[in-house]
Amino acid sequence: MSALVILIPIALFLGGLGLAAFLWSMNNGQYDDLEGAANRLLHDDPHNGRPDS
Amino acid sequence: MAKTLTLDGFDEAVLSVSNMHCGGCVRGIERALSETKGIAEARANLTTKRVRVRFDPSAINVPGVVGALAKAGFEAARFDGGLAAADHDQRFLLKCLGVAGFAAANIMLLMVAVWAGLIQDMDAETRSLFHWLAAAIALPAVAYAGRPFFRSAWTALKVWRVNMDVPISLAVLLATGMSVWQTWAGADEVYFDAAVSLLFFLLIGRFLDARMRGKAREAAGNLLAFAASDATVIDPQTGAHRRVATSEVSVGNRVLVASGEKVPVDGRILGRAAQLDTSLITGESIPRTYRDGETVYAGCINLGSAIELRAIAMADDSLLADIAKLMENAQQGRNRFVRLADRAAKIYAPLVHGLGALTFIGWMIAGAGVEQSLLTAIAVLIITCPCALGLAVPAVQVVASGRLLRRGVLVKSGAALERFAEVDYVVFDKTGTLTLGQPKVRNASSIPDETLRMAASLAAASRHPLSQAIVQAAEARFGSACSVAEGAEEVPGAGTKAQTPAGEIRLGSAGWCNVQSDGSQNATTVWLSQPGHEPLAFQFTDVLRPDAVAAVASLKQHGFGIVLLSGDQAGPVNAIAAELGITDARSGLSPKDKIACLEAIHAQGHRVLMVGDGLNDAPALTSAHASMSPSTGADISQNAADMVFQGQSLSVVPEALLVARSAKRRVLENFALAALYNVISVPLAIAGFVTPLLAAAAMSSSSILVTANALRLRYGAKH
Repeated sequence: MSALVILIPIALFLGGLGLAAFLWSMNNGQYDDLEGAANRLLHDDPHNGRPDS
Repeated sequence: MAKTLTLDGFDEAVLSVSNMHCGGCVRGIERALSETKGIAEARANLTTKRVRVRFDPSAINVPGVVGALAKAGFEAARFDGGLAAADHDQRFLLKCLGVAGFAAANIMLLMVAVWAGLIQDMDAETRSLFHWLAAAIALPAVAYAGRPFFRSAWTALKVWRVNMDVPISLAVLLATGMSVWQTWAGADEVYFDAAVSLLFFLLIGRFLDARMRGKAREAAGNLLAFAASDATVIDPQTGAHRRVATSEVSVGNRVLVASGEKVPVDGRILGRAAQLDTSLITGESIPRTYRDGETVYAGCINLGSAIELRAIAMADDSLLADIAKLMENAQQGRNRFVRLADRAAKIYAPLVHGLGALTFIGWMIAGAGVEQSLLTAIAVLIITCPCALGLAVPAVQVVASGRLLRRGVLVKSGAALERFAEVDYVVFDKTGTLTLGQPKVRNASSIPDETLRMAASLAAASRHPLSQAIVQAAEARFGSACSVAEGAEEVPGAGTKAQTPAGEIRLGSAGWCNVQSDGSQNATTVWLSQPGHEPLAFQFTDVLRPDAVAAVASLKQHGFGIVLLSGDQAGPVNAIAAELGITDARSGLSPKDKIACLEAIHAQGHRVLMVGDGLNDAPALTSAHASMSPSTGADISQNAADMVFQGQSLSVVPEALLVARSAKRRVLENFALAALYNVISVPLAIAGFVTPLLAAAAMSSSSILVTANALRLRYGAKH
């Protein structure tokens, strides 16, 4: 049963990582424009959408 | 507000762009804006059809940005952030869903171990450890992710009402509370997994529901952005021009409407005749000419040169606002429609809570202690899990509206689908609904090649719908794009002209070409005058939607009654009715007459679907049991309609009705499945045989069963 001492924290940590990644991506606006992003890939204009980079 | 000042001295504004359709538009918009001076950053969002712009307020303002977009061919308007709250709600639900998903997965991991351990004799300490871990995950998760349900239940209870969220909240809270107690007491069985997975499955249904409504709200919000927000008032003494908010214009004010501007308030034309695009009001694509003293309505666009109006109503009393009020009244009637889920909740909640109470009393009478009686009663509440019921409706509606969305039909609410399912009578408007509402040259065959080529080269200089029709006719005959005649220029409200060695050629209204004609025709006849030739008339007609005949036939075949209601004269209405095989066609109707007709049909016990596109149809769209509007229709009609369809096909009307019917069948099947599941599990729970394993398995399987049944709709037989 000593394996549980390591395995349970690992399981919770990995699950928590997934949750944190989900919340981060949502707050970061990754889901705001699901259709536009797919089309944006095809633009070869170098400064398209990011005029300052 | 839409405009906010950011820290680095840049302003930020959100603009709604109505004609952003594809990746190419995104690129066009961003390129146009990034090349405009004073704009630091522009980011277009294709999903919401909006652009977020950061600009230097000292170099450019919002109208300037709108102008830059107009030059690139995009119609934009400032978007008021009033709908941000709805967006926030959706995000909140998604966060709750994420948290509940995380908790459900991890608790299930621990609980599966416990159930397996029960068979292989897990020792008591380990089991207790697992229970405490589950409690540590479940308590914060329930407190966080349960809020949407707790809030709604509390709101209902405060006014002594019961909704679906009351039994849900009660089941979740009781299951969690009892499990904490059991964990504390070191008992064998806890229900954390049942409580959290119940939340998880229900949040899926709730989120899908919110997302569907959010999509419709986005579309509506973008439409609202296009109402005129300010007006130019002419001072009666000094003659000076003053920009004021539309709401500040009072009756009797002289208002100037520049070329291309929207009419801000209802008013009478002063002085010269004006040509207005009334498509917002009537859905009619052909501009109308208004003379001195005629009344024009807010929302029309001035296509000619600048005109002056005498305001006859405040902005709040304009025809647009009146129609909005008329619709609001009709809407209240429609709100009395009780949704299926609410009807189910009304029966379900008292039944379940009654069963729970009876179980408690029964076990007490049988001599079990308070503790065991309470535990069994709670098990009944958990096992009757409203989960399947909570998913039954939204899962089906999301699948159904997704299927319709792929056909270009936007479903604005789930209630709309339920109302569509009850429809047995379809009422059509004519112009723009059965027909395309796009003019086509009627007498093209009688026009010689050379003349048509000449006319098209002049017409190509204009964006007027009639000019475009001439260009299309020429392109259809010659099979190639038309070039603009050299030196051709457009005179707003009159026509186009070009100089040739032989003299001036003109294309446009009768007056512009010096032709005598009776006044009633001039809006739909265009003349071409060439030196040394007789002036030649181009006549226009409206064409039927390509599959209108098939759509009407399909509706008839499925037993729907069909009526054609039109404001047009009897001649063209009867001709179209004959072509489509519609026997009941009524012509010359006012918006009020249309409502009266709908009510008469309703009084015969029929449920009516109204399909229409003009502002004159908007009250009828709202008062009908269900309504549909093409996306080319007046904005206000699209707002009023339950569904908006894109493209030229009319066959989406029978399809929407049939999908709605099969959706209703799926919902009822789902209710039946949920009921069947309860019939099996509730007696077990009352008898005290329900273990946490059984509760969790039953809950998940019933949810999956209901969702799978809903998905059948997606692959359902083509009608």
